[in-house]
Amino acid sequence: MRRHADPYLTGIGIGCLLLAAYVLAGQGLGASGAFASVAAALTAAAIGTAKAAASPAVAPYLPEGVTSPLRDWLVWELAGVAAGGFVSAWRAGRLTWTAERGPRVSPTTRTVAALAGGAVMGIGAKFARGCTSGQALSGGALLSVGSWIFIVTAFAAAYLCAPLARRLWL
Amino acid sequence: MTGSDSAIPSLAIAFALGGVFGWLLERAGLGSARTLVGQFYLANLTVLQVLFSALVTAMLGAFWLDRAGLLELGTVYVPETFAVPQAIGGLLFGGGLLLAGLCPGTSCVAAATGRRDGLAVMAGLVIGILVFNSAFDSLERVYASTPLGTRTLPDLLHLPSGVVIALVAGAAVLLFAAAERQMGRRQS
Repeated sequence: MRRHADPYLTGIGIGCLLLAAYVLAGQGLGASGAFASVAAALTAAAIGTAKAAASPAVAPYLPEGVTSPLRDWLVWELAGVAAGGFVSAWRAGRLTWTAERGPRVSPTTRTVAALAGGAVMGIGAKFARGCTSGQALSGGALLSVGSWIFIVTAFAAAYLCAPLARRLWL
Repeated sequence: MTGSDSAIPSLAIAFALGGVFGWLLERAGLGSARTLVGQFYLANLTVLQVLFSALVTAMLGAFWLDRAGLLELGTVYVPETFAVPQAIGGLLFGGGLLLAGLCPGTSCVAAATGRRDGLAVMAGLVIGILVFNSAFDSLERVYASTPLGTRTLPDLLHLPSGVVIALVAGAAVLLFAAAERQMGRRQS
């Protein structure tokens, strides 16, 4: 198993990639939007496109009905993220089959925490209109005020919650 | 996002950009929940080092490419600001991150490299968004409140963008220096 790359060099690489995205696509990178697209398609599949699109929260993600995620920029970008991550881990001998968790928690506790944490982050990303990729990184580099509000509040909340979640990780 | 005529090349670009992004995140070790969470126990500062070196690189690059006439900054999408909901969103996101151990992008890297917790975070994200959507009628007032439009820090502070960029870059260098001291202390 190879060692991880230098964090600063990797960061500079991601910064250059973000510049390429600004130039080639006129937008930065994102992630949570792809999950919103999938959630909208699931809603449309469950209750029908017409009923799903009646909600102003869901409609923007259904320009082409249930099949919208197949034509969504962010869904393809995130599929690329998964593919790139897989290839990198494969080449470096880091592929594994495990659930990462703290030494004191059971796999079940870890799964429940991951589901719950994911759900809370999903709600947060909706309110914030983006996540670490779309707001913190892509919007932060363009000095958007809302992106910096997101960076400061997200880091503050994580540091405040860290003592409460010690048992989960340490 | 894009008209359907140009959709296929644009989707191929999306997949390629994402591929490099995922590759770099995995190289830095950010497909691992324990590495990510280490940031908040000051045990591993990879998140801070990667996030802020990427942000500063893109910030400086966008500024100078615009000056050199290679990038029209006016045509790049800047997220609009909604101050109160974005603060609420940030607080929820930070709290959720500590439970989940992975953010939306890194959860995909974790899942793709065989970490089942990454899959659970991905499922949780979809569930959270479904909950938000189904409660949207009652959340909409807060969600749409305090709209400030496309607002940047230089507008807000009435400073030239070059000055704000220098300040952010300087603050990042101080953060990196503090991170190096912290990691040096842990190793000795």
